[in-house]
Amino acid sequence: MQHSKTQDTLVGLFVACGIAALFYMALQISNLGSYTGNDSYTIIARFQNSGGLKVKSPVSLAGVRIGQVASISLDKESHESVVEMRIESKYDNLPIDSGASIYTAGLLGEQYISIDPGSSEEFLKDKSKLDITSSAIVLEEMIGKFMLNKAEGK
Amino acid sequence: MANSASSDNNIVSVRNLSFSRGPRKIFDDVSLDIQRGKITAIMGPSGTGKTTLLKLIGGQLTPDAGQIHVDGQNVHRLKTADLYTLRKRMGMLFQSGALLTDMNVYDNVAFPLREHTRLPESMIRSLVLMKLHAVGLRGARDLMPNELSGGMARRVALARAIALDPLMIMYDEPFTGQDPISMGALVHLIKSLNATLGLTSIIVSHDVEETAAIADYIYVLSEGKIVGQGTPRQLEQSDSEWVQQFMNGNADGPVHFHYPAADYLDDLLASQ
Amino acid sequence: MLEFLENLGKTTRSSFAKLGRGTFFLAHTLTGIGDVLPRPNLLLKQMYSVGVLSFLIITISGLFVGMVLGLQGFNILSDFGAEESLGVMVAASLVRELGPVVSALLFAGRAGSALTAEIGLMKATEQLSGMEMMAVDPIKRIISPRFLAGFISMPLLASLFSAIGVMGGYLVGVGMLGVDDGAFWSQMQANIDFQEDIINGVIKSVVFGFVVSWIALFEGYDAIPTSEGVSRATTRTVVNSAFSILGLDFILTALMFGDI
Repeated sequence: MQHSKTQDTLVGLFVACGIAALFYMALQISNLGSYTGNDSYTIIARFQNSGGLKVKSPVSLAGVRIGQVASISLDKESHESVVEMRIESKYDNLPIDSGASIYTAGLLGEQYISIDPGSSEEFLKDKSKLDITSSAIVLEEMIGKFMLNKAEGK
Repeated sequence: MANSASSDNNIVSVRNLSFSRGPRKIFDDVSLDIQRGKITAIMGPSGTGKTTLLKLIGGQLTPDAGQIHVDGQNVHRLKTADLYTLRKRMGMLFQSGALLTDMNVYDNVAFPLREHTRLPESMIRSLVLMKLHAVGLRGARDLMPNELSGGMARRVALARAIALDPLMIMYDEPFTGQDPISMGALVHLIKSLNATLGLTSIIVSHDVEETAAIADYIYVLSEGKIVGQGTPRQLEQSDSEWVQQFMNGNADGPVHFHYPAADYLDDLLASQ
Repeated sequence: MLEFLENLGKTTRSSFAKLGRGTFFLAHTLTGIGDVLPRPNLLLKQMYSVGVLSFLIITISGLFVGMVLGLQGFNILSDFGAEESLGVMVAASLVRELGPVVSALLFAGRAGSALTAEIGLMKATEQLSGMEMMAVDPIKRIISPRFLAGFISMPLLASLFSAIGVMGGYLVGVGMLGVDDGAFWSQMQANIDFQEDIINGVIKSVVFGFVVSWIALFEGYDAIPTSEGVSRATTRTVVNSAFSILGLDFILTALMFGDI
């Protein structure tokens, strides 16, 4: 029953610090600041080889992040990789003839999808399909090509 | 408040009480009465379960057989809420005082008032100071329990026990380990509380001299049974050997000096 | 051999009995929480002794852990030329695992053992008994406020640990080892998901807070009321809490992160 004003103040400070830490984590550490949320629509692209692309890999246009990969699955008939992407609703003017390519960011191989905007006046909507795709570059193929070129060049 | 089993004279009525702790039978078909307004003592050697009796009366323990009625109510048949209501009318003084160590003397005595009444702080202050004055420790109200001597702690605990003006008070070994002056103070307090407030008192003790000096009636317990009862005068003249040994503090008698062992000479010679 | 089996049987039975007592204790404590809310003084006092006094050890430990993560992480990542990912590594380790788990272990050691000792001592000096005789329910008055305080403090402390840890990692990584400031934060923000990582971490610490507070308070309440009994109860609190935290961490991690 005996507790001073000081104790109360310190408890208040303690709780405030704890909550501040939570906010700090939310805003500074996590992607809450740029969270996609529910305002997004889906577009689908098929790749011959989606390489090291993962769910939640970023989708960008001209280097700006506009969404992320929602799911990657295999089409058993055509043996293609079917990639679903969620694009933020505010980017609603992607031409339907845009292309999707898988690039590698940084040397460690974190892969992402880059959208090349087309020139059509019609725009992609929810569940639209992208027809032009360029698969991931596999390191071994690249080296193989390089070696082949070298051999031919000689 | 049913006027069922007990007569109005007895505040506590114990009938055919049996209680065991593990293999040991602590009480074996014990019956006794505590009369209203009197000081009743329960005496016996250490470990006979005197404290256990208080816990049984207070409902903290449940007997294996028998009944205990306090102020006409069967303690162990009460619902928890009713038991708590009954306990508010019983005061208990624990051997060590059992003061709450994180509060000072004033808050300790105020504790039951704050928990059980909605009296304003000003009234509580008056009551606390009155109770502390009754035990002579009004000036010690700001001390913490760890700053009190054993005797003072017990007196504070007594003030706390009478805070709600209970029907009766149970003293658990109040005289144990006290110096003569503290002892005298406590004896004086018990007697005066009984005289002025008509506060029924149950004293559990093995201090024959002090207890016999103030008790109106004494029960002597041993091995789970009552081996003697009566006023102090009656017990002095009792022809029970056991009671005589206990009251006079004889080293040997029905309770033997030697713990059961083999023959002395045989034991000494056995190692050779 | 027979004796061994007999003892094993006895221990198992008494363990189950203890678990049973503990469960009743928990139920009683939870019902008592309703009585605590109209008396915020009780709660505040406990939050001071449980939360505020753990503040220092948590923040200092968090800082050091974060700094060590920065150092070690840099070492490992530089082998792959991936120093820029240091921010992600430090933050993910802290928020998902080290924050909740280490702060829970520290909490059990500091606040948990203190709670056990306090309650055990109250039992030994008959204060709990005395309260019962004064018609005050000791569980509602003494145990429930402490339980609530532990339960609330734990997630706050874990968040503090993680936040300060990340700052420690930043100090070492960017400040001392030359990792790029922008990369440190941007990679972290891109890859640490609020729901998946932070919320899950908080959920873990809430669960740990519940369990550690329960164990600490019950061991004290159930202790043998002698000085030896109380000291053994304190030890049991720390040990049992550690087992529970680590075991639950595995289960929770598997549930939360197993699918990714």
